[in-house]
Amino acid sequence: MSELLKYPGMSKVDSLSPEEKAAAHTRRVFLFKLAVGLNAMVGAVLAVPLVGYLLGPTAGKRSNIGAWVNLGSLSDFPVGQTRLADFRSPMAAFNDGETGKTSCWVRRISEKSFQVFAINCAHLGCPVRWFSESRLFLCPCHGGAYYEDGSRASGPPERGLFEYKFKIAGDNLLIHAGNLPTLSTEASCREKPLVRIEAAEPAEAAGVNMPDPTTRSTTWQG
Amino acid sequence: MAGLKIYKWLEHRLGFIQPLKQAAEHPTPSNNASWWYVFGSAATVLLMLQVVTGILLALVYSPSANEAWTSLNFLNRNVALGWYLRALHGWGSDFMIAIVLIHLVQVFLFGSFKFPRELTWMVGVVLLLLTLGMAFTGQVMRFDQDAYWGLGIGASIASRVPFIGADLVHLLLGGPIIGGATLSRFFTLHVFVIPGMLLAGVAVHVLMVLKHGVSDWPMPGRLVRKSTYEREYHELAQRTGLPFVPDAAWKDAVFAAAILFSVMACAFFFGPFGPSGQPDPTIIQTAPHPDFAFLWIYAVLAFLPPSMETPVLLVAPVLAITGMLLLPLLAGEGERHWARRPVAVLSVSVIAVTLGIFTRLGTYTPWSPVMDAWSGDAVPVNYMHNRTPLEREGAMVLQDKQCRDCHSLDGEGGMRGPALDAVASRMTEDQIVRQVLQGGGNMPAYGNALNPAETKALVSFLMTLRGNDLQPAMDASRELLRQSRMEQAAGTADLPTDAAAKSGQRK
Repeated sequence: MSELLKYPGMSKVDSLSPEEKAAAHTRRVFLFKLAVGLNAMVGAVLAVPLVGYLLGPTAGKRSNIGAWVNLGSLSDFPVGQTRLADFRSPMAAFNDGETGKTSCWVRRISEKSFQVFAINCAHLGCPVRWFSESRLFLCPCHGGAYYEDGSRASGPPERGLFEYKFKIAGDNLLIHAGNLPTLSTEASCREKPLVRIEAAEPAEAAGVNMPDPTTRSTTWQG
Repeated sequence: MAGLKIYKWLEHRLGFIQPLKQAAEHPTPSNNASWWYVFGSAATVLLMLQVVTGILLALVYSPSANEAWTSLNFLNRNVALGWYLRALHGWGSDFMIAIVLIHLVQVFLFGSFKFPRELTWMVGVVLLLLTLGMAFTGQVMRFDQDAYWGLGIGASIASRVPFIGADLVHLLLGGPIIGGATLSRFFTLHVFVIPGMLLAGVAVHVLMVLKHGVSDWPMPGRLVRKSTYEREYHELAQRTGLPFVPDAAWKDAVFAAAILFSVMACAFFFGPFGPSGQPDPTIIQTAPHPDFAFLWIYAVLAFLPPSMETPVLLVAPVLAITGMLLLPLLAGEGERHWARRPVAVLSVSVIAVTLGIFTRLGTYTPWSPVMDAWSGDAVPVNYMHNRTPLEREGAMVLQDKQCRDCHSLDGEGGMRGPALDAVASRMTEDQIVRQVLQGGGNMPAYGNALNPAETKALVSFLMTLRGNDLQPAMDASRELLRQSRMEQAAGTADLPTDAAAKSGQRK
């Protein structure tokens, strides 16, 4: 039995300070450190599933996110028009309620050619609205504006609208939807350069014969 | 006597009543028993109010995307006093942010963050961030349209982080889309994680205040030195000291009561916040707005040029928070009085004015198109007087093509673009045509949306808009050309006469 374990008053080291006693307890100090190390190991093993659970939403291949969704009959989308279509996100879970629904803008350019835009503004995700007369999408949050082909027209967005992949199956229009469309989670969207500011350049967008300014009359200048 | 016996029995077992009493009665320099020192305790009292009202709301609230919005309406309408509890919690949150900010400014201007209270300040900065975190997650608890699109804004900001943007979005949302998982994790943050950190942080903050004492009133010229400050403070507390309770604390108590009463009054008279429309993303007829505390960020995001957006969003907060945390380490000694710290006063003024202006702008969002102005705000009648049919047709084009969503006439319409009341005094016809068809300067090009006839009509109408009969804009170079041509014409016409006159003189 250790000299140090005797009852108080019986040990030679009773006069030592507690710290000095602790220093003298080399075996127990060792065992304590061993126990701390054991706990650290158990803690680390325990932490793996906990952290894994916490990081669960980031797991899985990004290309696996999403599925094809039916937007309805082709006849719902007249040629030359841009229409809002609602669908339930293929990623919606049992508890998503009405947040599992979402919308997209379907532009039918010709019989077989479509553009399907996310409603989420490329700036900060607010829902853009289509204005058929001015042929613009406008965002209510910070005034981002896009042309009818989705390219950036003006305002804070640094690129055009996000686009869904689409395919035509029989008489139905299908899109591939998954992530909430943002700048980095547009995996299910068509490839697009990040910055499309050049699309706002006047030369491309104007497309109307400009009268020659030098020959134009300036009525009020006389 | 019986009471004393019970107390002694308890204290013998608890052992902390006496230390608590001593802590409450610790001597504090008489010069800080001031009305300027009441904000910290008021913030703590508001935190308690938030904890109590939050627990009571959790009795009814359903943190599920299916039911949250309905349960809020149920609280507002069907649960007795449910509306009042929601109002107390909402207004308590706004008051808490305001009081915490005032507390921060007071501590900053009084130089109280200096030695030996550096760590108290740093913990305070963390407490401010946690308070704002409570405000943001609380906005999500009110699971309405604003909450839904606010989460979209949060996800869009997270998505701008390089490399891990997508993972961050998924972590934030708890999945690929905003939904039940998102609400659950924000509920966890709002109810378990952040409040736990907040309460622990407040405990550390208050313990440090007790350890170092409430800072004495700053005096110009009395410098903080690490070698002498603690001795000086101790002497001051010994010489002029008052027991904190009750001599200084009565002011804290009065102020806390006044603040609580204000929260109660606001809650009673103005009622709860929302919820606004249901969180259905297919309802896109909405203009999402963040809560008051975040309006300034919403405004800043409208003004950043696209190329600056990501750097500013990701770098500026890091710099600001780091700067606030490092402040007491960089300026831990020296002058405390605001009159000798012009940079401090200037910084507070500039930041306060900036935040105030951006918040004000955020309340009426001049950068947002007014989505229904084109159909709702008619062209003022006097703008149609004495106009030709073509010009009137142009006014129709102006309305139909939704120009009014961004441009106002007589104060009605959007403010995204300039008002058009006097556009012809600023731009020539050519310039207007070019601007309309090609856009530029933050205006989309309308070349594809207007046919030549519409353009002609529109521009004729715009050319009549010269405010209060201002001078029309002129093309300076063309005007010069015209003048020189006229002079040339006059010159060639004059030449024979001139020559004749000269020859006449010679004769």
